[in-house]
Amino acid sequence: MAYSEKVLEHFQHPKNVGTLDKSKSTVGTGLVGAPECGDVMRLQIEVDPSTQTIIDAKFKTFGCGSAIASSSLATEWLKGKTIEQALTIDNMDIVEELALPPVKIHCSVLAEDAIKGAIADYQSKNGIAVTAMATAH
Amino acid sequence: MMIKEPMRVYLDNNSTTPCDPRVVDTMLPYFYQKPGNSASRNHPFGWEAEEGVDYAREQIAALLKVDPKEIIFTSGATESDNLAIKGVFEMYRSKGNHIITVTTEHKAVLDTCDKLTEAGAEITYLKVAEDGLIDLAELEASIKSTTILVSVMWANNETGVIQPMKEIGDICEKHGVLFMSDATQAVGKIPTYPKEIGVHLMAWTSHKMYGPKGVGALYVSRKSPRVKVTAQMDGGGHERGMRSGTLNVPGIVGFGKAAEIARLEMHSDAERLSKLRDRLEHELTSKLEECYINGNVNHRMPHVTNISFKHVEGEGLMMTFNQNIAVSSGSACTSASLEPSYVLVALGLGDDLAHSSIRFSLGRFTTDEEVDFAVEKLVAGVNHMRDLSPIWEMYKEGVDLSNVQWSEH
Repeated sequence: MAYSEKVLEHFQHPKNVGTLDKSKSTVGTGLVGAPECGDVMRLQIEVDPSTQTIIDAKFKTFGCGSAIASSSLATEWLKGKTIEQALTIDNMDIVEELALPPVKIHCSVLAEDAIKGAIADYQSKNGIAVTAMATAH
Repeated sequence: MMIKEPMRVYLDNNSTTPCDPRVVDTMLPYFYQKPGNSASRNHPFGWEAEEGVDYAREQIAALLKVDPKEIIFTSGATESDNLAIKGVFEMYRSKGNHIITVTTEHKAVLDTCDKLTEAGAEITYLKVAEDGLIDLAELEASIKSTTILVSVMWANNETGVIQPMKEIGDICEKHGVLFMSDATQAVGKIPTYPKEIGVHLMAWTSHKMYGPKGVGALYVSRKSPRVKVTAQMDGGGHERGMRSGTLNVPGIVGFGKAAEIARLEMHSDAERLSKLRDRLEHELTSKLEECYINGNVNHRMPHVTNISFKHVEGEGLMMTFNQNIAVSSGSACTSASLEPSYVLVALGLGDDLAHSSIRFSLGRFTTDEEVDFAVEKLVAGVNHMRDLSPIWEMYKEGVDLSNVQWSEH
């Protein structure tokens, strides 16, 4: 199975790989997947509390090329978005952008869950009502 | 000295081997100059095709130290496995319906056995230990009055682990049970002499021993015991009635030549490749932390190693170098429920280590430079993937991963 150019680009030159300080109240962390299932994504956001805008995003992913590309793309999309805007990112947007084949759709679902997980973590840390929970599937 | 960087290194010889150029040369006349059907008995075209097939049968018989009449040509190992197992079941149905096999067999054996349960077969699947070997006591205890066949692969395709064939043969003889082996990964690479071992049926293929694709064989013992299998296709009654269909003359001629080369060269090939394989293993395990070799290292094929690189997913790892290096992974990230290799899971590997495994299979044409190049690419790839891996980071921070609440999906 050949990967799309966009998947290859994100895989070879992943954007925003790294770790944010999870002890900071402005940082939210989403950790989804399981090693037994062959993929684990950790996506982190740093939020400016005055504007509720995501000022930084980092990821690390254990998984196949599509999983890595999906999380790399997600961090790119998150930067500069408000939390409200970030919550509108749909996994099918990722599928479309990366031209993922049907067997790799779960990678995009995982990325969407990681976004929602990171936002929920930020919100619960700061006493904000959690808007969306990552969906177990 | 400048070494020209090889662009593509093939370390996936357990999937298929290149066809040896000497084999190709031998086959070529049989496409145009000698176009006959080996079953045409009344003209020289048929005679010379038949001569080519007869000679190939002798070359193959010499490799196995068997009678040429005991070789049945087929389209490949999958067909040979089907013919052996279904053919024995149908032929010996009145004696019993019980077949014993192993959980780590190839799908051509497992799915064939599974299919036979619909026809009333009872199948026992032997487990393997952590090193991939079966328990001989468990095998013997599984044999009962209705057992008609024991089917154990000679060497495993994923790990290269070689089963204790002689001991299994002795147990089968003691209990008067037929012994069949899928020897696809072993024939032509290590000695496989069915009569010395007590194997009564043996399936394998040409394209894993430097011959062409599309041709395989089934060894069927003719003497003590005289074994018969029920044909699975109806037609002209070729191959002593066991396998109808016009013979693939050029393929068989190439298969024969491949067998002759293997008989003469397999010992030197094995000696060279085991050193090269050991070097590959040594280099990888000394340059990278947390690598685990899967399967028994003292009972395995000389050219194979299967290594798990902890906290790195196999398919992703392969993507770091698959423009240059061909290997195969025990992780198939191709469905919502990711399936790790059932062979590695049967060895007791956790799903995480099974997803982290890579199989390297060297071959006759693998060079030292290629192995060094592969090591370089592998080390870079594993490091790249670990830099990206959240669980590698957690592991390095001393987090006990078994206590983490994972969201299963």
